[in-house]
Amino acid sequence: MPGLEDLYREIVLDHYRTPRNRGELAPPAIKAEGHNPLCGDEVQVYLDLDNGIVRDVKISGQGCSISQSSASMMSAAIKGKSVDEIRNIVRRFKHMMSIEEEVNETPIDESQSLGDLEALRSVVKFPVRIKCAVLSWNTLLDALNQ
Amino acid sequence: MTFNAAIIKKDFPLLNRVINGKPLVYLDSANTSQKPQVVIDAMSSFMETTYAPTNRSAYQLASESTDAFEGAREAVRAFINAPRTNEVIFTKNATEALNLVAHSWGHANLKSGDVVVLTHMEHHANIVPWHMLVAELGIQLRWVPLTGDGQLDLSTLPQLLNGAKALSFTAMSNVLGTITPVKQLCDAAHGAGAIAIVDGCQYVPHNITDVTAWGADFLAFSSHKLCGPSGIGVLWGRETLLDAMPPFLGGGNMISDVRLDGFSCAELPAKFEAGTPPITEAIGMHAALRYLSDIGMDNIRAHEKEITAYAISTLNSRYGDDITLHGPSDVEVRGATLSFKFKNVHPHDVSQVLDQSNICVRAGHHCAKPLMKILGANATARASFYLYNSFEDVDALADALANADDLFSL
Repeated sequence: MPGLEDLYREIVLDHYRTPRNRGELAPPAIKAEGHNPLCGDEVQVYLDLDNGIVRDVKISGQGCSISQSSASMMSAAIKGKSVDEIRNIVRRFKHMMSIEEEVNETPIDESQSLGDLEALRSVVKFPVRIKCAVLSWNTLLDALNQ
Repeated sequence: MTFNAAIIKKDFPLLNRVINGKPLVYLDSANTSQKPQVVIDAMSSFMETTYAPTNRSAYQLASESTDAFEGAREAVRAFINAPRTNEVIFTKNATEALNLVAHSWGHANLKSGDVVVLTHMEHHANIVPWHMLVAELGIQLRWVPLTGDGQLDLSTLPQLLNGAKALSFTAMSNVLGTITPVKQLCDAAHGAGAIAIVDGCQYVPHNITDVTAWGADFLAFSSHKLCGPSGIGVLWGRETLLDAMPPFLGGGNMISDVRLDGFSCAELPAKFEAGTPPITEAIGMHAALRYLSDIGMDNIRAHEKEITAYAISTLNSRYGDDITLHGPSDVEVRGATLSFKFKNVHPHDVSQVLDQSNICVRAGHHCAKPLMKILGANATARASFYLYNSFEDVDALADALANADDLFSL
């Protein structure tokens, strides 16, 4: 059985104990909500989108260490980026989580480092937790698609 | 008889698995139970020697298969002390049984504005079918609230039941472990002119069940929670009520005649058993009921009271304010299902850490989201004990929680 130190890396626990970008954004900011019916995790993603750039992002909600730290890392990774850059980061993250894409369009751009997000790589060894890690990312996609 | 959980555990092949050099500690029987060798053997042997259609074919093998299947039905009747065998309906599971009552009894007896009373501690299987009737028929739902101790608050029961058509409630909560006063609730329902529907999923596997003594009108429970196979459940209902209900699912077996212009129903129990039933599963369920009866449901209940008391006192003395145990503290009014909150560690993380020690608990809303909201949590961790759990399992749980403390302490 893979060890817990793989899953609960220091960076992961750091983002769990001190989540970045917590809070809400008032309208006209975009808001999307997601939840994991299996375990009760919920997340709200707020985006301040200006000219195709995410000027600000806020995360609220509650859940397990994996879902919350993933949301926190996600918020740090996308702040200040363009929608296209963000969609690429989402693709790369979901690919890291072994989630197959339905339609393989363009190849994934691997030039940017995933930074802190690399710490979540071991989640794939604990398949039950993949949904936790990906929750905020799917919610982010909902927000972008609004 | 001296109850020895360690000896009973040996009857269950899966529980003797060793993973990474450590034994398995299965504390999720409220979700589904493990199976003793006799159940596995009964099903295998049936498929090897006797499996054939039931109630359909005219050859010797089919006759034997039918006898075995109907023998299982009679065993269920005896297990719950129901008056008639034809009142025992085999379903896929308890959820289907509750849907059968809600849909079939509901459509025949409820109209817009009629009231059905539920409780705040119900499982989704005893909530959602009624919500569906709200949408389909315009019925209203009322809810029996809870005390701070996790029991039903019966102070407003007369008002809630006033004019109600049905009271549908759990005999034991799958989150709090609370055992409700079933007979008292059935009496109260009848006094108000309502029927009493009992969700016995958690209760029946762990206690002596007597629907006659209760005076209940319907009881739903499943095989997989009482050491039997999944895929078969039971709805027991009063003959007069079942006779007056329209059928639930339509197809073969539940008819007496089918023409181009219509059909007529079969007698009970076939009327509510459309299609090929879970034949082998019924034989497995029968073996499980026999296994549990030989040990004695009263002995199982006594064992679970002891282990629950030990778990409550061990966890409280070891962790004090760091652990919150939900449900009543009095084991006389609760079963061996223990939901808890450990410090600020999310239940999902608790179950992950416990998994490292091969301890299996459930984390989540346990299909009781309204109850979760009342408890002020999105999710809890839940350990549940059965006849094959011993005090050592409680100790293992208590020890492993310390690992969660180490990992997640701020």
